[in-house]
Amino acid sequence: MNSLIEINNLSTYFESGAGTVKAVDDISFRIREGETVCIVGESGCGKSITAMSIMGLVDEPHGKVVGGQIRFGDKDLLKISKEEMRRIRGNDISIIFQEPMSSLNPVITIGRQIMEPLMLHQKLNKKQAYARALELIELVGISRAEQIAASYPHQLSGGMLQRIMIAIAISCGPKLLIADEPTTALDVTIQAQVLETLRQSKEQSNMSIMLITHDLGVVAEMADYVIVMYAGKIVEEGDVEELFERPKHPYTRGLLKSKPIIGQRAEQLYSIPGQVPSPLELTESCYFHDRCESCIPICRIRQPKLSEVAAGHLAACWLYEEEAEA
Amino acid sequence: MSIPTTAGRPEKAIRALDVSDSLWRQSIRQLRKNKLAVAGFAFIAFMFLICFIGPLFSPYADGKINPANMHQPPSAKHWLGTDLLGRDVLTRLLQAGRISLTVGLASMALSMTIGTVLGIVSGYYRGVVDQIIMRVADLLFTIPGLPILFIMGALMSDWKIPTDYRLYLVMLMLSIIGWPGVARLVRSQMLTLREREYMQAADVLGLSDKRKLFRHLLPNVFPLLIVIATLSIGGAILSESALSFFGLGVMPPTPTWGNMIDAANNVIDFEKRPWLWIPPGLAIFLTVIAINIFGDGLRDVLDPKQNTSR
Repeated sequence: MNSLIEINNLSTYFESGAGTVKAVDDISFRIREGETVCIVGESGCGKSITAMSIMGLVDEPHGKVVGGQIRFGDKDLLKISKEEMRRIRGNDISIIFQEPMSSLNPVITIGRQIMEPLMLHQKLNKKQAYARALELIELVGISRAEQIAASYPHQLSGGMLQRIMIAIAISCGPKLLIADEPTTALDVTIQAQVLETLRQSKEQSNMSIMLITHDLGVVAEMADYVIVMYAGKIVEEGDVEELFERPKHPYTRGLLKSKPIIGQRAEQLYSIPGQVPSPLELTESCYFHDRCESCIPICRIRQPKLSEVAAGHLAACWLYEEEAEA
Repeated sequence: MSIPTTAGRPEKAIRALDVSDSLWRQSIRQLRKNKLAVAGFAFIAFMFLICFIGPLFSPYADGKINPANMHQPPSAKHWLGTDLLGRDVLTRLLQAGRISLTVGLASMALSMTIGTVLGIVSGYYRGVVDQIIMRVADLLFTIPGLPILFIMGALMSDWKIPTDYRLYLVMLMLSIIGWPGVARLVRSQMLTLREREYMQAADVLGLSDKRKLFRHLLPNVFPLLIVIATLSIGGAILSESALSFFGLGVMPPTPTWGNMIDAANNVIDFEKRPWLWIPPGLAIFLTVIAINIFGDGLRDVLDPKQNTSR
């Protein structure tokens, strides 16, 4: 499979009064055509900022993509003009957000909001766009399409709105869909429906999905490839089965251990001790060392590099580096 | 070319999309419950009707001067008497109403348009544009409105602007001092609206700025705009009256409520001929009160706070 988008050494920093926050620090990965890549990590580890950097929506002047390259087709998304970027957004790459309730304009009907990108990017006229909007509403599994099209966001439930958001996002047949925690704000039954909708629309159009989540259940359900982020860095990545069965990095192991398993009783659910380090106080050490159960001396001095630990499985941990033993 | 056949449901539904029914219908229903606001609206409607249609039925609508008939007290022939030049006061009152209401409406429309566009632009883009627009607005705010109007009115008199044009210039003057208030309100709304998640979503869809500003943001401030528009009509009518009263606004022979009250400047007229100045005074008073009551009612219904929380 060809790679659709390649992110090389992307760094996005935020300037705050207290210093520079390295929200995304020198990360590289790629997404192949038709592949679902999940980015996992706890709050504040840079997942969403990665998505925003791809879309060119990092809020300047506080934040800035300071380096790297985002290759999409033959273009570098960080170098192209605003106008070119505008044409890519919503058309080739689209995104759905965490909060469906607030992601739709409250005073515009659902129908119009679906029609808008169609008329803009696909140059459909009003009538065609409306017909397509109805199709899309049905495609994401909502009946009574006409009635829904004429209603306002506050008249629908969160699950419906999220599916409407998916309808808008896939309306122009994007090559890449970024889903930023699409199910976090929804209850569990609706989550399953929304994920199903995502999967179906992916199958129909062979688009790639970059799914950002902190829910490992969602990852197991959806992902082909998993990237684990911690404090702005990628700490481990690999195919979903490999990673779930043979996690290498202590952080990933901790994450997997802290998930409840149905049928197994435990006195207390495991949780990784300690807190994510403040992004302002990061030193040259491994960022995870003070929470790590298998911390060795070198972890406090130098940062490990992402390197292959098994075929197609990368981890950034000194435990797997020969250098550490020397 | 054939006559378009029944295009079927989609087209009908598109039309249904165009009128945003539920929200407005709800608001109107709520407004109806407010008796005072309904009364205010009824009075405004009555005023408009009688001012625009009334003079058509008056035998004195030509406004001919008839010195033999001057200063008649109210009678069956002249319900509100006649003025210094023998013209029927009631007819003039209604003709004046036309002008005053038109000035109010037109200057409201103009200041709303200027204020809204500048407010949206400055709130959305911020930065230098915002600074320039807001400093100009501040400048206009620092000088009280009436003195500016007087200066402009005096300039007009100085430059010997024909009376026909003065009417339009008065509208323009009123909107020049009216827009900063609107712009500020709209800007402050924009500052919060632009940070909303759905605007980021609009960004993500690759919408153009023009679309974002006028299709996505503007409808969100509509309720607010309707309320200030209504209230500012009253203000504009008052300012126009004040100007004309001081002889700096619309000039006779074109009647306005303001220049009709000018009669009260004359001690004899003031003491002996109340039919000359009480009717226009009452007309201004009642119209402005009615507009304000109606505007308050509208505000209760369309309060931006209630609306955006949905």
